[in-house]
Amino acid sequence: MSDQAVTVSYLRSKKKYPSVWCPGCSLGTIMGALLRAVDKLEIPRDDIVFASGIGCTGRMPVYTDFNTFHGTHGRALAFATGIKMAKPRLKVILAMGDGDSTAIGGNHFIHTCRRNLDLTAIVVNNNIYGMTGGQFSPTTPLNHFASTAPHGSIDPPFDICNLAQGTEATYVARTTSYHVRPMQKIIADAIAHKGFSVVEIMSHCYTTYGRRNGFKDPVEMMKQEKENAVTLKSYEKKKAEDASYELEPGQFLTGVFVNDKNRPEYSRVYADLSARLREEQ
Amino acid sequence: MAKSRKKELRFYSGNEAIAYGALYAGCDFFGGYPITPSTEVAEIMSEEQPKLGGAFIQMEDEIASMAAIVGASLAGAKSMTATSGPGFSLMQENLGFAAMVEVPCVSCNVMRGGPSTGLPTKVGQGDVMQTRWGTHGDHPIIVLSPDCVAESFTLTVKAFNLAERYRTPVVLLSDEIIGHMSEVIALPEPGEIPLVEREAPDMPPDWYKPFELTSHGVAPLAAYGEGYRYHVTGLTHDEYGFPTSKPAEADRMLRGMMGKLNHHDDELMLYEEIQLEDAEVAIIAYGCTSLVMHRTIYAARQQGIKLGMLRLITIWPLQDEAINRLCEQVDTIFVPELNMGQISLVVERLNRGRTRVIPLNRVDGELFNPYDVAATIIAKVKGDDIEDDTTIPLEI
Repeated sequence: MSDQAVTVSYLRSKKKYPSVWCPGCSLGTIMGALLRAVDKLEIPRDDIVFASGIGCTGRMPVYTDFNTFHGTHGRALAFATGIKMAKPRLKVILAMGDGDSTAIGGNHFIHTCRRNLDLTAIVVNNNIYGMTGGQFSPTTPLNHFASTAPHGSIDPPFDICNLAQGTEATYVARTTSYHVRPMQKIIADAIAHKGFSVVEIMSHCYTTYGRRNGFKDPVEMMKQEKENAVTLKSYEKKKAEDASYELEPGQFLTGVFVNDKNRPEYSRVYADLSARLREEQ
Repeated sequence: MAKSRKKELRFYSGNEAIAYGALYAGCDFFGGYPITPSTEVAEIMSEEQPKLGGAFIQMEDEIASMAAIVGASLAGAKSMTATSGPGFSLMQENLGFAAMVEVPCVSCNVMRGGPSTGLPTKVGQGDVMQTRWGTHGDHPIIVLSPDCVAESFTLTVKAFNLAERYRTPVVLLSDEIIGHMSEVIALPEPGEIPLVEREAPDMPPDWYKPFELTSHGVAPLAAYGEGYRYHVTGLTHDEYGFPTSKPAEADRMLRGMMGKLNHHDDELMLYEEIQLEDAEVAIIAYGCTSLVMHRTIYAARQQGIKLGMLRLITIWPLQDEAINRLCEQVDTIFVPELNMGQISLVVERLNRGRTRVIPLNRVDGELFNPYDVAATIIAKVKGDDIEDDTTIPLEI
């Protein structure tokens, strides 16, 4: 099957289209990559729960033909924790936005990293609250404009991957919505990982962010994703050659930063505890 | 040892009875966060769930706890959390979500004195209106209130049954006194209290509408992972669960959802009438207050006042029929509550001037003294109370 046919085969036939997303949005591209990753892994769609919170990214599950869940703002990981602990055989994937996962859902995010429950969080970082019309988020760069930062943002932004690493997620990776093939591969890798995996996808919202910050069109924003992405490999190579080498402002690293297969997965640990207690009885 | 026909006896606190009642009901998922005076429920669950093959998880806060039990229920579990006022405030968001997506689950609130951090180790009944209207928007909710340890057990089982039957969150509204009071109770035999399991779909997945308007008001609920790939959203949705903003579909959803509890039946509308047959004066009470009022009735009757009590076991939906009957029957209704007057408001509204409704309020973290209440009632009924101050003096 062609990529397109594979993608379409995972879309809901009963759902009314078109999607809520604006022309030029990166979410369709990301959803396509996710669906092809799932297809590559050959996980039965009955066994997949695709969950989300609120926001443009939160609208992704409804279009896909899985067990789908659209919860409350920031709480997707908490709902997913309940789903996974109640039925560990289910494969639970989440789509979250930057504000969804690190502002209102920040507490759930760090504690899910800490527990290492087998969930996959696709964090779509477009640096803005898109659905509500372009307010600054925890990842809006300093001095960039938003509807609630009309004079430029004064809030220092989060690095989501650093946050995930700092709270001990066992799989942490970053890619961009421009790099479709690597994105697809990383998502598949993350889903296959036994433990909590975080994939940050640098993306763009032209409608509420790009227009305010001097971009001509979504294509220009995608080009910037391409130009600003520095792979971990090339960074390490350059760093080895020149210890003073640093990323330029605006640049970010891409690739897999953490892939720890040794830390035990939470539902497995719980199942072992349960089995031991039942044996002792 | 020969198997005794006698029932097993247990010395349980109200909170212990809630935990073991939940296990009796088949609760196989507990997500919670520590808070006084409800923590014993979580402690027992952490001990028992792994032994029974169920799941226990201590979440990062009460928002997450409520979310986790909704998720678990969608995966097919009978799920529960337990908390008290401050935590219950945090649960409102996802309690509303549970009502919206019609997911069965039980949220137990062991009330303490409020508002805010209030009186953590003392009793209050200030969350009654919050259980009904705490989350935003119109929504169906069932609230049950036990008044002793034995009932803490049986009512927890019923809470699960009603949640499963009506596909709705149920709030088990206990309080610090009932939760921390210990009594000997006879454990029901397995099977003695019938258990209700949610209706599962039997149609082919293509025909399945998880939010279909059925004749009995509740659509079957498929567990995730069983072949029915449907959508759940807190957005206003159509019968398939897909978001909609069409006025006709929005109206259908909300009216359908609100209407499902209108199939009032004996199983849902639980109350107890105590010495009401000949009553000329009545008390309406619930929880720890109704427990104390038995003594008040005794004391008042000793003085020749024909006092009885309507004890609300189901607090919401409102017991309009039973309260209306009482408004027709008696001259005066007293509504003692450990708050500034919450159920008394709805009694006054239903009454529409038919009888005299007098709220009695206590908010110092202590139980009512039954004899003080009896003295107040006697004085009010005999008309020899000097000032019209309905607040009971707090000197103990």
